Amino acid sequence: MLHFSRSKIISICAISIVAMFLALPNLFSDQKISNFPSFIPSQKVNLGLDLQGGSHLLLEVDTDSIEKEKIEDLTFDLRRMLKKDGIKYNNLKVIDDSIIFKITDATLVSGLVKNIKELSQSTSQNAVSAQSKSNLEIDINNDLINVSLTDDYLKQISISAVNQSIEIVRRRIDELGTREPTIQKQGTSRILIQLPGLDDPERIKSLLGKTAKLTFKLVDQKASYDPSNPTKAPVGSEILSSDSNSEFKYIVKKKVMVGGENLVDAQPGFDSQTNEPVVNFRFDRIGAKKFGKVTKANIGKPFAIILDNKVVSAPVIRDAILGGSGQISGGFSAEEAADLAVLLRAGALPAPLVILEERSVGPDLGADSILAGKIAALIGFIAVIIFMVLVYRSFGFFADVALILNLIMVLGILSLLQATLTLPGIAGIILTIGMAVDANVLIFERIKEELRSGSSVINSVDSGYKRALSTILDANITTLIAASILFFMGSGPVKGFSVTLAIGIFTSVFTAFTVTRLMVSIYISKMKPKELRL
Amino acid sequence: MNIFSFAINTKIKFLSFRKPAFVLSMALIISSILIYSINGLNFGIDFRGGTLIEIETTETENLGNLRRSLNSLNLGDVQVQEFGSPKNILIRVEQQAGGDKTQQNVVNIVKAELNTSLNSDVNFRRTEVVGPKVSAELIKAGVIAIIVAVFAMLIYIWFRFEWQFSLGAVIALIHDVLLTLGIFSLLQLEFNLSIIAAILTIVGYSMNDTVVVYDRVRENLRKHRKKDILDLLNISINETLSRTIMTSVTTLLALLSLYIFGGSVIKGFTFAMIWGVLVGTYSSIFIAAPLLNYLEVKRDWSTSGAVESTQK
Repeated sequence: MLHFSRSKIISICAISIVAMFLALPNLFSDQKISNFPSFIPSQKVNLGLDLQGGSHLLLEVDTDSIEKEKIEDLTFDLRRMLKKDGIKYNNLKVIDDSIIFKITDATLVSGLVKNIKELSQSTSQNAVSAQSKSNLEIDINNDLINVSLTDDYLKQISISAVNQSIEIVRRRIDELGTREPTIQKQGTSRILIQLPGLDDPERIKSLLGKTAKLTFKLVDQKASYDPSNPTKAPVGSEILSSDSNSEFKYIVKKKVMVGGENLVDAQPGFDSQTNEPVVNFRFDRIGAKKFGKVTKANIGKPFAIILDNKVVSAPVIRDAILGGSGQISGGFSAEEAADLAVLLRAGALPAPLVILEERSVGPDLGADSILAGKIAALIGFIAVIIFMVLVYRSFGFFADVALILNLIMVLGILSLLQATLTLPGIAGIILTIGMAVDANVLIFERIKEELRSGSSVINSVDSGYKRALSTILDANITTLIAASILFFMGSGPVKGFSVTLAIGIFTSVFTAFTVTRLMVSIYISKMKPKELRL
Repeated sequence: MNIFSFAINTKIKFLSFRKPAFVLSMALIISSILIYSINGLNFGIDFRGGTLIEIETTETENLGNLRRSLNSLNLGDVQVQEFGSPKNILIRVEQQAGGDKTQQNVVNIVKAELNTSLNSDVNFRRTEVVGPKVSAELIKAGVIAIIVAVFAMLIYIWFRFEWQFSLGAVIALIHDVLLTLGIFSLLQLEFNLSIIAAILTIVGYSMNDTVVVYDRVRENLRKHRKKDILDLLNISINETLSRTIMTSVTTLLALLSLYIFGGSVIKGFTFAMIWGVLVGTYSSIFIAAPLLNYLEVKRDWSTSGAVESTQK
């Protein structure tokens, strides 16, 4: 175990030097690194949000609300169809995602089923490509008809809603110019957002909390709001609250005249007369055409601008607006106008998002944690180094060299893999300092035993290494098992801990059997000690 | 003679203490379970849901007043405590009724109240909000992780040694985990995600220690076919004793440094680790090894030499 071939020595040195190179950038500021010659790597350890400050948000797409909306749409279409076909029905109600009703003339059932199936083709077209398979499940029991959406279809719309949500979340966050956001899908209906450097995510949270569904509807001028009967609206109309004052109600026609999906641009600005912050918007060709038509036909009438089911404002149409651009005013502050413009440009979310988890760390705390971690690591490191030399003398010094190299390698590998270093990750490194010497301790103790049993120095060292090997492997594999379970089951910071722990296990075993052993072997062959004082 | 060369050629009869050690451990385990069933664990928001806000103030604030004003916000139980220094305050608000959607308002309400009721400028150092869905999942994942880890160890040791070793090692592991839960319950230290990480590391560390002792036991079983098992276990523990102490000391040196200098956020984690190293070292010597005496470990290793290439 003491002989090293030349090629082995060279590769051990090469690996050590490569590790140092990889770890090097971490000692310098970003600015200095940019001046480095190109052969020196520039990747630093990636700091976790708990160290550099930042915000972690876990959102869930409320897919239930989409299903509900789909059922509502279907109910609306179904009623219209039944009315158009002159089929008499009663007791139409929605129970647990299915529409149940009775028809008075049971003989019409077969024709009805065909018509409902056609209805399903039309409902599918905007969500997923119309397939030959129906999206509807129709259950008939004499005159009792039960219509519901198939599970496959519900799954499809929820998948596409989640993907669409991720896209829109990305657009909204990009609009705010946050640096290096990470937006990932997690599980089936969750979105994980990581925003480094952002310690107060209130603005982003409020932006993500809005679906931003914009619609233009006509105000129902024939009806007036009756506070004693707050839910009663004429057929075809609905009661909506004002955005600025929830006490104030509007009665608007249910029919959407133009929708936000036709917007091509929205920018914050100021009204030329009142100097009030507003949002200027522009429609695409179809939207402009619709908008022109409505405004032309309804001059003098109020036109409600509705965001997320709340009336932002309801200005009276003075002229036909044919150019396809308009202005929304609603008593905004400049920031509110800017945010609304962002929301309108990014588009509406297909479903509301619910924040399941938030973890935000301010940059101060992160910096404090890094400093505390550095101090703890340094002191722990020095303590272990001194202790090793006191106990094992020159061999302790060899182990200490390996320990230093070990730390450099951990840093180098973290930089290379671009793994994230978290606060528990720093704890993992410090723990590694303590445990890294274990391999060398096992070897040295074995050598001591061999010496005591009367073997020569060379034989003792040689068999000490040989016999400690299987113990070291067994002992470290158990820790490695624990670390990998942490990696697969843990989240965020805890994952960072398992990564540094696992890397530390590999490097400590590696350095014990290469670097320390090489030094020991050189020491023995050059100094030819008659006895070892371990 | 080097004064730091300790534990050489010791002949301590560890196995003579096996009965008092078992009694002590059983007593500790039973009291851990009792304390746990009375006190429960002081779950952090990771597992209980709720909101945690850490602030730094420019002036030293009166925590009593702050506690009163925050508790009058109708947010349920609000805990206010100093965190590391008098100007650092940790505020915990219990989970709100009404599912995930209602948790988010708490942050805004508390922040507004802090900005009006405190005299100082407030620096929000940390905000964590965990809703009921996520906290339930985190508990589940944590429990599964520990069970999977212990099970994986059981399989690995079984594979590398014999079932007696694997059973002995796992009993020692469960002992360590239960005592860790016990101390957290007794001292009502916050039990959060990082403590699960600490427990898993303890599992790894304690196993590491046990494996080193077991490895030597196996070697000695091959070397001394006829020797009394108690003597053989004593020899094995003594032979590995200096290593056991060395590694515990270096690990504790690093952990103590982290405990003292590593900052408040990570104190609970480090405490659990320090406790785990102590308990793990004890259990390797006084529980795991003596258990082999009772589990009737196989004596004739002549045929199973294939498991491990025979040395010497």
